[in-house]
Order: sequence, then C-alpha cells, then structure tokens
Amino acid sequence: MWRDALLVAEKDLRIELRSRVALWQVLPFAVLVLVLFGFALGPGPTTLRAAAPGLYWLAVLFSTVLATQRSTAIESGEGTRDGLRLSGIDPAGVFLGKAAAVAIQLVAVQLLLGAGIVVLFDVHLETWWLALVASALATVGLSAAGVLYGALSAGLRVRETLLPLLVLPIVAPVLIAGSRAWSAAVTGAVASGASWLKILGPFAAVYLAVGVALYGPLQETA
Amino acid sequence: MNAPARSLSRWVGAAALATTALTVWLGLWVTPPAKVQGTLVRLLYLHPPIAWVALYCAFGVAALSSVLYLWRRTRSRFWDRLGASAVEVGVVFTALTLVTGSLWGRPTWGVWWTWTARLTSTALLLVLFLGYLALRRVPADPDVRARRCAVAALVAVVDVPIVSFSVDWWQTLHQRGTVLNPGLTLKVHGSMAWTMGLGFLAMTLVFVWMVLVRYRIEALSDRLGDDELEISLSERWAEGAMGTAVEPTATVEPAAVEPVAVEPAVVVEPAGGRP
Repeated sequence: MWRDALLVAEKDLRIELRSRVALWQVLPFAVLVLVLFGFALGPGPTTLRAAAPGLYWLAVLFSTVLATQRSTAIESGEGTRDGLRLSGIDPAGVFLGKAAAVAIQLVAVQLLLGAGIVVLFDVHLETWWLALVASALATVGLSAAGVLYGALSAGLRVRETLLPLLVLPIVAPVLIAGSRAWSAAVTGAVASGASWLKILGPFAAVYLAVGVALYGPLQETA
Repeated sequence: MNAPARSLSRWVGAAALATTALTVWLGLWVTPPAKVQGTLVRLLYLHPPIAWVALYCAFGVAALSSVLYLWRRTRSRFWDRLGASAVEVGVVFTALTLVTGSLWGRPTWGVWWTWTARLTSTALLLVLFLGYLALRRVPADPDVRARRCAVAALVAVVDVPIVSFSVDWWQTLHQRGTVLNPGLTLKVHGSMAWTMGLGFLAMTLVFVWMVLVRYRIEALSDRLGDDELEISLSERWAEGAMGTAVEPTATVEPAAVEPVAVEPAVVVEPAGGRP
C-alpha cells in the first residue's frame, strides 16, 4: 500500500511539475484571495490583523478545492481510470498517494499565504510552532477529505460546481479549529490554542481512515 | 410496490394525519399558555419533535442504509432507495427545525439567529445533506450513483460529531453577549407533557409516511426507466423485423408482420400489475 502510495504521489506531482497548473493557477489564486480580502475589509491595519488567521484559512480552503479539482481532473483523461485500475495498485494506496500529492501542494500554498499575511496584513506569530503543528494536521485532513470527495464527483460533468458544495461544509471544522489555533498563535495564548489541535488531529485521522476504507468501492465503478 | 405495502402506507398516513390534527388541537386550544413563555410555548409541541425526526430518525436511517448498501452481502437497491428517501425527508425536516427554531428565537431571544453550537451545526448539517441531494440528482448509472451517494451520506454523518464538537468549543470560547439563557430548559407538566409526547408520535408517523411514499416514487421511477428502455428496444426490434419481412416480398402482408409488432405492447401495463 505504501509503495503504491509513493508511486501515485510521484506520478501526480510529476504531472503537476510539468503542467505547472499549481504554480501558475493555484498559487496566484491564493494570493489574489488575500488581496481581495484586504479590499473587502479596508486598509485599517487593526481589522486586517485581527481577521488575518480566518482569512488565511479561508484562502487555504479555496485553494484546497482548486487543488482537489485538479487532482481529480488528472484521472479523468481517456482511459486513465481504467489504466489505474488495471495496474493492480491498491485503491487505498491510490487514495493515500493522491492525498499526499495534494498535501504537498497545500504546503506550498500555505508557505506563500503565510508570507502573504505577514507582509500584507502585518501579522507576527508569537508561538510559531503552534501554527506549524495546526497547519500540518489541517493539511492532512483537508487533502484526505478533498481527495475522497474528488473521487465521489469524478467523471461527472457538473464536477466543478458540485465539488465545492460537497467539500466546503465538510471541512468547516478545519476552518474553525485552524483559525482559532492561529489566532492563539498570534496572541501567544498557547493553552487555548493547543486545545484546538484536538479537533484537527481527529479530523485528519477520521478522513484518512474513511478514505482508506471507502476509496476502493468508489473506484470500482466510477 | 405491492398491495400490502401500499395499504400500510395508507394506514400510516391516516394515523399521521389524525395524530397531527390532535396535536394541533391540543396545542392551540386545550393546553394553557406557559408561565414564562406565554403562548410561545405552543411552538415547542412541534419544534423538538421535528428536530428529533430530522437529526435522529432521518439521518440515522440514512447512515444505516448506506452502510448496508456498501456492505457487499446486503447490497440491494432497497437500501439505496430507502437511504435517499430518508435523506430527502430529513432535509425537509432539518429546514423546518431551523425555521421553527428561528420563529421561536425571535420573540424569546430577540434575534432570528444566534451562532450557538446547536444552530450552527444544524445549519451545516442541512448544507451537507443538500450536497448529497445535489450529488443524487446528477444523472449516472444507478449502481454508480448509489455507491457514491452511500459514501457521501456516510462521510457527512461522520462529520456531524466533529462539527458539533468544534462549533461547541468555538462558541463557548467566543461568546458575544449572552442571548441564550441556559436556564430555559423546560419543565413540562400535565397536559403540556402529553401534547409534546403526542407531537413526537405525530412527527415520527409523518416521517414514516413520507419515507414510504417517497420510496414508492423512487421505485416507480426506476421501473419507468427500465420499462422505457425495454419498450424502445422492442420497438426497434419490431422495426427491424418488419424491415426484413418487407424487403423480399414487395407487397406487405399485415398478417405476417403483426405478431412480431404487437408482442412488445404487452410490456406496457399499469403500475402495480407486476408481482
């Protein structure tokens, strides 16, 4: 399973590297969202600074939708899905591999967004490790949930409109817990911030487990 | 759907209508206004039962039937249709929960909406299952669609506890101005308790009846899809048969063609006629 996961992740990332969709579309989109938030909330630095953690995570969520859409689109080429199925690769491995590829792209997005809120919104992270742990857990959860739902809507003509409707409510806990944890990281309130990790951790674990269990039946027919 | 099932749904429907009417009568005329809430309390004969149906009956049935569909040994179209019917009715009841709660909240708390844990997670639940219905409406092979919908329902149900946890913490840590008085939990007495209990029974019966009817519609529309295919297939066959019969002999002999052409018409029969 793990070897298959590595293979699939490598394949997805190689396609991304060659097509540069993530680089030229997803990353600029994330920055664009931050700038638009800036316009919406006005130039006052205090408002922006207070809202920054929430805006950061909202931008991450939007980017997750784009990244999973892209990850699903890779498999929707002619015969691609059959090829994957015929190759004898474990479905759980496919799931983990695709999730890993999306997670790596999300890490890149988050690095850029983190720099973005520091530069544009003038945010200082007091306890940076808390923000890092929260981001790591959230990334795992987001990519697992995203890839699972991507498989659900794979091959449908209405995928572009359906996927956000399905994914965004599911990942609402990540938005809540992530932005609270980051707010705590900004103000340095470690104790209250760390308690939010108790939501991000189980979220990631639950969706990894559900994905490993259910990706098989989804791939069988799709 | 066969005859006993149809008469069951008729009986359940009648019982639902009777208990609902009785609840309305008791709730609006017989029971006294409450001490603190006055006449507003009457909404509580309806709101908790609706919420009970939405949150436990409907989504419980949906989760159970999704698991049973995904499990190979029990996989059948029955679970798929049942799950879909339960979700559809559940969405209606969830929306009603929010609406009735909001109607009650406005005079009691002074606002239509507060970001309390319960309200927020109910609203998210509604959106989650609207997503399920959207997924279900997308045309696809019935088996593929059933599998996808079952997975979507399960994932949504799994999400519910996480959502309610996170929203709970979020709300307790960031409460702005207390509009919600935690002491509002009702102590219900006498005729009011009876009425509320009856409300639970009535709403559960309404739920069962709606699911039965919805299931029947689902089964019939599946049948319609199958029959349409069958009919048009046999029509094409008939045309083909006619073509080969006509070509060699230039004069058309209706007697020779007729048996082949008429045969498929047997497929069209009124619903319910089939065992």
